[in-house]
Amino acid sequence: MPRIVVDVMPKPEILDPQGKAIVGALPRLGFTAFSSVRQGKRFELTVDGEVTEEILAQARNAAETLLSNPVIEDVVNVEVVEA
Amino acid sequence: MTELPLIGEAIAVAAHDSGVRKLTGAKIGVVTFPGTLDDRDAARAVRLAGGTAVPLWHADSALGDVDAVVIPGGFSYGDYLRAGAIARFAPLMSKIIDAANSDAKLPVLGICNGFQILTESHLLPGSMIKNDHLKFMCRDQVLRVENSNTAWTLDYEAGQEITVPLKNQDGQYIADEKVLDALEAEGRVVFRYVGFNPNGSRRDIAGISNAAGNVVGLMPHPEHAVEAGFGPSSLDGVGGSDTDGLGFFTSVLNKIVGGAK
Repeated sequence: MPRIVVDVMPKPEILDPQGKAIVGALPRLGFTAFSSVRQGKRFELTVDGEVTEEILAQARNAAETLLSNPVIEDVVNVEVVEA
Repeated sequence: MTELPLIGEAIAVAAHDSGVRKLTGAKIGVVTFPGTLDDRDAARAVRLAGGTAVPLWHADSALGDVDAVVIPGGFSYGDYLRAGAIARFAPLMSKIIDAANSDAKLPVLGICNGFQILTESHLLPGSMIKNDHLKFMCRDQVLRVENSNTAWTLDYEAGQEITVPLKNQDGQYIADEKVLDALEAEGRVVFRYVGFNPNGSRRDIAGISNAAGNVVGLMPHPEHAVEAGFGPSSLDGVGGSDTDGLGFFTSVLNKIVGGAK
């Protein structure tokens, strides 16, 4: 069954405290190549049947209204992934 | 000191007997979502202030005849997705949003998770993200009342400092500079942290209101500072009284019985 993947990231201008904690932990494990980390969210919406334009529009709408908060987050990707 | 029952009916009865019928007739709804923690404390604060607390359930489709609403703290829906994000779409919330925006301007107070629900509902601007130090923090916190004209702060003086408990993990208030400037210019920063900013909130903001002043949200917990012997008076040397939070509830009750609703 196809899935619609929605990726949400904290807005660039917003300091991401979780990403900051992760970038602090990486060098302690020897991973020294990374100067910054930002943590986002990935949602997988399963569709029973074909993904029509109407269903994709619903997913985009859900991404903007429920899956993300436009004050602090951006929807950076909405795409269909065939199983 | 007389021992108080867990549910403060005795207070309401005493107030009733002494002829304060109007006050006990004022009904303040207290909303419970799955994961709400402080609904009983909020209801108790309403009763200690002299009003009648009305339990409201998130799945209710009607508000009933309440004169004001408190959205208490906790972890509605386990803070899944974002704090307050799922609660915001509960059936009762759409009624609260409509009533808050209506001409009647229903007074609404959001405490902690309730504040997060109000920002997710767009009744208040901005949002809360994780504390800048990433830890859950619980302490007695000094606040300055910056605006004593809202429905929930009438019984305070502008500039008055109060001490109430604070306990949260996602308490860092953020909004863009334009929104922050507008809040300041319009006197909508209602509370500011004093002495110590416990979560990195922009401009030390602890609580804000909507333009009309009927909707107020804050991260600290006034409902935990309403009773002598059980407040923050001397726990960690911050000082203050045990009952600095009671004014929120007496303010709204006075507004309701004053007929200014």
